[in-house]
Amino acid sequence: MIVLEKINKTFRVAKRQAGFGRAVKALFSREYEIIHALSDVSFTIRDGEMVGYIGPNGAGKSTTIKIMCGILTPDSGACDIDGRTPWRERTAHVRDIGVVFGQRSQLWWDVPIIDSFELIRDIYKVDGKIFKDNLNELTELLELRELLKTPARTLSLGQRMRCEIAASLLHNPKILFLDEPTIGLDAVSKIAVRQFIKKLNAKRGTTVILTTHDMNDIEALTERILLIGKGRILLDGSLDELKKRSSERKTLIVEYSGNAPALCEKMTLSESKEGRLVISLDPADLSVSDAIARLAEQTELTDVSVSGVTSEEMVAALYKEYSI
Amino acid sequence: MKKYFAVFRIRFINALQYRAAALAGMATQFAWGFMEIFAFAAFYRANPDAFPMEFSQTVSYIWMQQAFLALFMMWFWEHDIAASITEGGIAYEMVRPVDLYGRWFCQASANRLARTALRCAPILIVAFIVPEPYKMALPPNAEQLFLFLLSAMLALGVVIAFSILMYISLFYTLSTTGVRIIAAVLSDFLAGGVIPLPFFPEPIRAVAEILPFAAMQNMPLRIYGGNIAGTDALAGIILQIFWLVALLLAGRFLMARALKKVIVQGG
Repeated sequence: MIVLEKINKTFRVAKRQAGFGRAVKALFSREYEIIHALSDVSFTIRDGEMVGYIGPNGAGKSTTIKIMCGILTPDSGACDIDGRTPWRERTAHVRDIGVVFGQRSQLWWDVPIIDSFELIRDIYKVDGKIFKDNLNELTELLELRELLKTPARTLSLGQRMRCEIAASLLHNPKILFLDEPTIGLDAVSKIAVRQFIKKLNAKRGTTVILTTHDMNDIEALTERILLIGKGRILLDGSLDELKKRSSERKTLIVEYSGNAPALCEKMTLSESKEGRLVISLDPADLSVSDAIARLAEQTELTDVSVSGVTSEEMVAALYKEYSI
Repeated sequence: MKKYFAVFRIRFINALQYRAAALAGMATQFAWGFMEIFAFAAFYRANPDAFPMEFSQTVSYIWMQQAFLALFMMWFWEHDIAASITEGGIAYEMVRPVDLYGRWFCQASANRLARTALRCAPILIVAFIVPEPYKMALPPNAEQLFLFLLSAMLALGVVIAFSILMYISLFYTLSTTGVRIIAAVLSDFLAGGVIPLPFFPEPIRAVAEILPFAAMQNMPLRIYGGNIAGTDALAGIILQIFWLVALLLAGRFLMARALKKVIVQGG
């Protein structure tokens, strides 16, 4: 169980205007700006939950993760993870967590992956048999067999990320923090990573906290979303609830042969190309079937598809709504 | 304990990969060693009595220094540690159930030992087979050899404990160049890296002999050649133990303080 209560964290950042003169001036007197990275952040996450932690760049996602990992000490507030305060009992706390920082590497650059894994085994004092079982399972699920004997420096980003995720799970952590685990991955690797995390949660009941900018990650993985902006938690709810909150507008994509159909005023044209129209409409004003019927009267429709708001659009709308 | 050994092991393996660097290093050390010995030989020819160390002691000093360069030189910097602080990789080190000071200590000693293992043998072999005045001598007796080994281990500890203080300063400055240059120049000179401490003029020498730098390469290299022997050697070893303990305590204290307000760089 993870409980955060009124966590605050500020950073002091040296600021100066661009230019040589200003740079010289900054040698003598510096201007600092206090940045409130987190203001009164509170939430509770139950064991075995999968939570997506989203927000625009600089919102405070990574800062929260670092506090929960025990790396950063907040200015004020309480954090209790399975009965411990992470930054006070760091060594005991980190034994039970696994962390993937998507932008960094925990693998030794010049030696084969398996050497890095064995180092982790010794550091966490993982029992030989458990390590072997975990390694076999992870090798299978993340398709690492070919990679284990290769030095990290020769791996592609996607291959390395799969190894990073395996590395953070060798010691059976109860909680897994994933800070942008799919950054820079291709579609195949992304899907593999997502499936793996899902299986892990289902099978071992691992609590997963995930930050990402890829809404497909959230959609595929998490039930619950925490939205943070400018250091404050703005929303805490399920993805479906959030979708309902945002607009119900539908997007209609029609392909036609023949003359372009005329649109009525309740349809908004968002894209038009020879033989293809993208139309947005509000079903309260004009039902989807009426809209299709009206278009079909005028021309020969060859293909019609209807979609609701995508997660991507929904989040963009949320950011806009909260002006973050 | 096992986890520290594991860190030592992987760092050792990692450092063993750089064969070309070891070859280049060896070439430099041969050239430097011969140059220094020839320069000293010229001085000694002018007036052998004007020097505080016998020529054979000076020759052994220089060869041992070149052979064990990677073990004792302060400018031999552990880039992985420095980079982890300035670039933020330290985040991963802090989510491990390991004492960071102990980890750094193992990592740095493994790196130095691995590099020394790659380089020292050829230098020692050549130093033992070159013709007489330039040939390296064995220690005067077995006791002296034992004291040398003990002193060398302590010197390595002092060098690493001192360099960890440099790494800790990076939490505040974030730039490796400044501390590196100051530490390298100062400690190289005061540890007898440029000329052995007995060659210093008297008042400076008296001060230099008790600084932590004197507990670095100065001590084992002079014990090896017999310049410091008997009770003097024991006193020297006690000085080394004192500085090792002092630097370890200071390092642990400062590190605990730095980690409390550490900011992981880069997102």
